[in-house]
Amino acid sequence: MSDNIRKIDGITKESTEALIAETLSVYPEKARKKRAPHLGANDQASGSACVKSNKKTVPGVMSARGCAYAGAKGVVWGPIRDMVHVSHGPVGCGWYSWGTRRNMMSGITGVTSFPMQFTSDFQEKDIVYGGDKKLKTLLAEAHDLFPLAKGISVLSECPVGLIGDDITQVAKTSSKELDLPIIPCNCEGFRGVSQSLGHHISNDTIRDYIIGTREFAEPESPYDIALIGEYNIGGDAWSTKPLLEECGLNVKAVWTGDGELDKIAATHTVKLNVIHCYRSMNYMCKVMEEKYGIPWIELNFFGPTKIRESLRKLAELFDDNIKAKVEAVIAKYDPIMQGIIEEYKPRLDGKKVMLLVGGLRPRHTIGAYEDLGMDCVGSGYEFAHNDDYDRTSPEMPDATVVYDDPSEYEFEKFADALKPDLIGSGIKEKYVFQKMGIPFRQMHSWDYSGPYHGYKGFEVFARDIDMAINSPTWKLVKAPF
Amino acid sequence: MSNLLGLEVKKIVETSPEEIEKVQNWINTDEYREKNFARQALVINPAHACQPLGAQLAAHGFEGTLPFVHGSQGCASYYRSTLNRHFREPAPAVSDSMTEDGAVFGGQNNLHEGLENANAIYKPKMIAVFTSCMPEVIGDDLTAFIKNAKQKNCVPKDMPVPYANTPSFNGTHIHGYDSMLVSILQTLTEGKQIEGRCTGKLNLIAGCDFNTGDYREYKRILDAFGIPNTILADLADSFDSPCDGSYHIYAGGTKLEDAADSINGKATIAIGPYATPKTFGWIKDNYSGKHVTLPMPMGIEKTDAFIMKVAELFGKEVPASLKNERGRAVDAITDSHQYIHGKKFAVYGDPDYLTGYVSFLLEMGARPHHIICSRGSKKLEKELQALLDGSMYGKECTIYMNKDLWHLRSLLMTDPVDAVIGDSHGKFAARDAKIPLFRFGFPIFDRVNKHRYPIIGYQGAVNMLTEICNKFIDIKDETCEDQYFELMR
Repeated sequence: MSDNIRKIDGITKESTEALIAETLSVYPEKARKKRAPHLGANDQASGSACVKSNKKTVPGVMSARGCAYAGAKGVVWGPIRDMVHVSHGPVGCGWYSWGTRRNMMSGITGVTSFPMQFTSDFQEKDIVYGGDKKLKTLLAEAHDLFPLAKGISVLSECPVGLIGDDITQVAKTSSKELDLPIIPCNCEGFRGVSQSLGHHISNDTIRDYIIGTREFAEPESPYDIALIGEYNIGGDAWSTKPLLEECGLNVKAVWTGDGELDKIAATHTVKLNVIHCYRSMNYMCKVMEEKYGIPWIELNFFGPTKIRESLRKLAELFDDNIKAKVEAVIAKYDPIMQGIIEEYKPRLDGKKVMLLVGGLRPRHTIGAYEDLGMDCVGSGYEFAHNDDYDRTSPEMPDATVVYDDPSEYEFEKFADALKPDLIGSGIKEKYVFQKMGIPFRQMHSWDYSGPYHGYKGFEVFARDIDMAINSPTWKLVKAPF
Repeated sequence: MSNLLGLEVKKIVETSPEEIEKVQNWINTDEYREKNFARQALVINPAHACQPLGAQLAAHGFEGTLPFVHGSQGCASYYRSTLNRHFREPAPAVSDSMTEDGAVFGGQNNLHEGLENANAIYKPKMIAVFTSCMPEVIGDDLTAFIKNAKQKNCVPKDMPVPYANTPSFNGTHIHGYDSMLVSILQTLTEGKQIEGRCTGKLNLIAGCDFNTGDYREYKRILDAFGIPNTILADLADSFDSPCDGSYHIYAGGTKLEDAADSINGKATIAIGPYATPKTFGWIKDNYSGKHVTLPMPMGIEKTDAFIMKVAELFGKEVPASLKNERGRAVDAITDSHQYIHGKKFAVYGDPDYLTGYVSFLLEMGARPHHIICSRGSKKLEKELQALLDGSMYGKECTIYMNKDLWHLRSLLMTDPVDAVIGDSHGKFAARDAKIPLFRFGFPIFDRVNKHRYPIIGYQGAVNMLTEICNKFIDIKDETCEDQYFELMR
């Protein structure tokens, strides 16, 4: 094991702990005490979390976190392309989350796919008298105007839960009347501590209302799998799904990127669930394992090293036919990937990156950076749980800083001290660091690029990372006068 | 465990291509339009956001000011990322992260802890508090909470902490802008009125305008007059700050002392009567000097009105530089009007932008054929109708109040126009109709640097005209048959 312990020059447990202490010194005592357990130096050998997580955000610190609604609308339900997703409540939540995640959809907008903003646009009177009647009317209107929609999700915003509306009853009644799956999802933003509970609630609604209600028309095969926790950001699923198919597997459903409701509802008949974003969908994998005996496996599709490892891990679960196909796929792509590495690695070798993202990327992308010769010198999540940090520890170099739900101040301080060559985080962080002259890529949205998943994605990823770090524009930041 | 809806378990049946084609054609028909316009409850693709977003915008317009969302943290993240995407700039703001227990106990503890932390960490000169849904629904008493916060020393007693109730289930972002702005001015000017004092300055309230170029343009025009001025909620540097290797959390904004002294101004102009009614009403009752409200100066006529009003208020001649600037703008218009004349447009946006677009189009000889406001008023409808009635190019143009961009799509498909003016969200309907979308409002998520190009003043008219005419010429070049492809246009 000690052979695998990676060290970064100049970074020790002591230096990282001193950095954390110094960063927190400006905080009032109560906030400092609350924040301290969420920041730590990685102990790579332990392979377990060095920070606390999934706790309430400290008020006033400038967190990057979202809410349960964001986790339900933006992450789990929203990407299902053939449903109408109603943001139930005031106009804002649906408007802010309209088209801003980059979960690409195929189909014809307004006919077979619905990347639009549907809302009940609550007014004062709806708060006073309740919105159930309005909801019932709008469900009928949606069905009438979008007859090919396969279902409707009702995603509650804060006021709905606070005024005590009963969306479940409305959904049940309308479901019968319209002969259409209508899924009530009580994902009010005040629930839980982050997006994470919204994922969980949404998984539960899939469990309660959807799974098992459809069957695939074609006969089952031993190679039927589902791809879970793949949201098709920038077209990721259009890279990973064909890759798995090239390996001889039938991807019967994708959850939920470019997803189709009926296929998700029929997933209980697959032979294996392949999960990419563990955080947002492990719940349903566990449900399907318990209820239908479907095993699941967590894979990583970032960068050739991790893809190779993942495909071999996957092949182990299948027969020689698949094993042979997987080896053929690896043999086909390895030289292509080597070509990409040879092109970009000389320009990126030894560069340092810091990450702060969501679900899986703070650990899953590390290998892809390493393929390009880069080191990850700090990583953290907005809304992870302990099991995410356990999985992160072996991926991060030893003694590097790990941060859970960091404030903007903490992130800035860490970057100031560690002087990374690149930061991968979100839109709220992007321009802060670019003003500081630090190259930056949005790692939620792939910065309007992508895909980054799969072999196809690595080429785009490598190009983008090189473009970010080595752009001549950074030389212009300091004026000569 | 599953199927709580009692759904019948069915085999998956794919929708047939014929069925898809049928619906695809149907959504473009008059029949569908009628059904679409008969909607009572469902809103699809609305062209407005909620109040707190506007409140945050106003807060960013003041020196050293930290916007503070009292409510769920997800709200703050949404407002911030929306502003980040539009301006491609930082939008620092905090929230007090109210959660489920806040619904039971109220949000005072969160607010107090949040204020103390925000003050210690981000060292603001002012904290501007505004609300999202949760505290509004449960009825938190901000007045008492903030008074208590000062008593408990969560923030220094002398720190201004203006606050506004900005419920998302009422109005739009422009109303939040208004409520936050008036609260900031009330807080900063308290006790600052001095009998007989006149700063000699013009206070200019720019309205809920998301174009940083506009703020610089106002300043440039007033500087040309030689009129000392205070822009209230000055967003120019807040959302257009230099990239020089350092990050400053408070990059711009009106100086707090200037804002405080604005109550002793010589005159106040509030631009955007729809975005600033509360603020203007309060100023009229409380500020020294003269008070005027004016529409956004878009196009020549409305810019003339602005320039003349400024000249009148300060007893000044219009400077030669501005006269020449007007002349150059008119020159640009007469040179290029043939590429816009008679073209039909669909326009939508916030009320103050909307009156500007309509006025601009009419004076160019273009037709604002469909005018949509996704949250408007009778007053706005009347004003727009008066603009239409005043021009032969306004004939047969229709105003649609409280309609959304899915209504817009029906209009574009059944009663076609040549182009759309609005924000980025109109790109879907414009693409379906195969016509260009001119992005002048908010938000603009899919084009770069547009917020740096003013759309007000004479320069703004030239900017809008140039973009529109050149696009129509591009379309001609890209679509004409070979024998009509020529050097000159």
